[in-house]
Amino acid sequence: MATDEATTTSAVADDTAGTGAATSDNPATASAAPAATKARKKGQSRWLTWGPPLGIAALLVAAAYIANAALGDRSFLLPAPHAVLSKLWDPSSAPDIWTAMWRTTVVSLTGLAIAMVIGVSWAIIMNQTKWMERALFPYAVMLQAIPILAITPLIGFWFGYDFTARVVVCVIIALFPMVSNTLFGLQSVERGMRELFQLQGASRGTVLRKLELPAAMPAIFAGMRISAGLSVVGAIVGEFFFQRGTPGIGSLINKYSARLLSEELFASVLVASLLGVAIFLFFGWLGKRAVGKWYDFG
Amino acid sequence: MTTTDTTSVHTRAASLLSFDDVEMTFPDGTVALHSVNLDLKRGEFVTVVGPSGCGKSTLLRIASGLETPSHGEVALATDRIGYVFQDATLLPWRTTRRNVELLAELHGEAKDRRAAAAQETIDLVGLTGFEDHLPRQLSGGMRMRASLARSLTLDPEVFLFDEPFGALDEITRERLNDEVLRLFTEKKFAGLFITHSVSEAVYLSTRVIVMSGRPGKFVAEFDVPFDMPRDPEIRFTPEFAELVGEVSHALREAH
Repeated sequence: MATDEATTTSAVADDTAGTGAATSDNPATASAAPAATKARKKGQSRWLTWGPPLGIAALLVAAAYIANAALGDRSFLLPAPHAVLSKLWDPSSAPDIWTAMWRTTVVSLTGLAIAMVIGVSWAIIMNQTKWMERALFPYAVMLQAIPILAITPLIGFWFGYDFTARVVVCVIIALFPMVSNTLFGLQSVERGMRELFQLQGASRGTVLRKLELPAAMPAIFAGMRISAGLSVVGAIVGEFFFQRGTPGIGSLINKYSARLLSEELFASVLVASLLGVAIFLFFGWLGKRAVGKWYDFG
Repeated sequence: MTTTDTTSVHTRAASLLSFDDVEMTFPDGTVALHSVNLDLKRGEFVTVVGPSGCGKSTLLRIASGLETPSHGEVALATDRIGYVFQDATLLPWRTTRRNVELLAELHGEAKDRRAAAAQETIDLVGLTGFEDHLPRQLSGGMRMRASLARSLTLDPEVFLFDEPFGALDEITRERLNDEVLRLFTEKKFAGLFITHSVSEAVYLSTRVIVMSGRPGKFVAEFDVPFDMPRDPEIRFTPEFAELVGEVSHALREAH
């Protein structure tokens, strides 16, 4: 019975999707997509979303075991996945790794926050006049072009070899996507909408607050997601070079590779990757929450 | 405020919007408008038809002050101007209600006053019940209605329409034409409407002006004798068809 009902509603749903309840001009017809089809489609799409990548993961794990077995007495080059994972709760290494992970998270989120503030402000300033954009944009590009490893020693030299220097590396590496995405977003406003504001004599600030910034939000969130991933990279690079203060994942990677502790090394790399993925997903989710209602944020 | 009072008394009979020998030449040398003269009075609905690219929209952009003519005078006797764009230009992150409130908000009106005004015009254009929908949840016709409602909150004395229904299907367009006529008879504004549809022009207007291709100038003018408010059935009478024919002829010659 229940399935019968679900099929009928789905037929209706397909029908309305075709003719479009909301595309008819008659304001009396509102659309409410039947819940049954929605749920079924959701289940299907969840499988389609998660199935293939999980399959690849399984293949990679299998390949790791095969390679590990094939390497024989040189198997430390690629330790068995379960041995790597066990390092994440083994009392000899787990506290170090999780403390370092927390430290790296703090560094990268601090760097990201600063990059966001600087990046958005920079873009807003460039958006004011054409000549400001011409004057300032090349430097944003330059920042992007600087090989981070080349200037990292310099940053240590200037800011010390501790927290501040690590954050600075994060900011430099995460800044460009914030600048360019925000600028693109601010300038994506349609001409008609600008004229709508112009006709009411709206000030520059009003246009920015009520039109340009809201319109730029999808692009800003997309930039945030890219920058978030980069700031994790920045934090790890910073920690790798700046050994003073609480060690982060980068410090551990440095230490473990020097001591040839390959299981711990792989566990640290894994944790660092998970951090990057988690931050990326978080900002994707945040963007969807913020603008998903009116923009297909994906 | 006595000065504005006297001007409005003076302009009651005079025109609300007038063009005196207006020319528009763009920096690249194209002449969009050539010696345009126009008087628009309260209770008049003037429609300009012309081939695409003849400078029809430039006319509205000049009237609204978005553009300054390179020669000639434009006089506007009111600051209450409604402007309906080709697209609905609704802000996609705002609900219907918040979109309709926008203009009053930009003029710094108090929240409860602009909410009341918005509700009134939303009801007027028949969007009651869709106040909390986002633009993407509305059809093209409904978006245009919301756009009309937004302009109506200014209670405009001069209403400029820049081919607003060009992108809509025939049935929706006819329905919105009736809507505009109803608003016109109710609100008694002066309307200036741009279109490339001759039957739309004749149906809506008290006067139809035909414009030529570049450089755009007025080449013919027709008074539309049918009474307001107009019966939609008028579109199927021989008199209506005859006038549409005459305007179409003039348009073809102007091309």
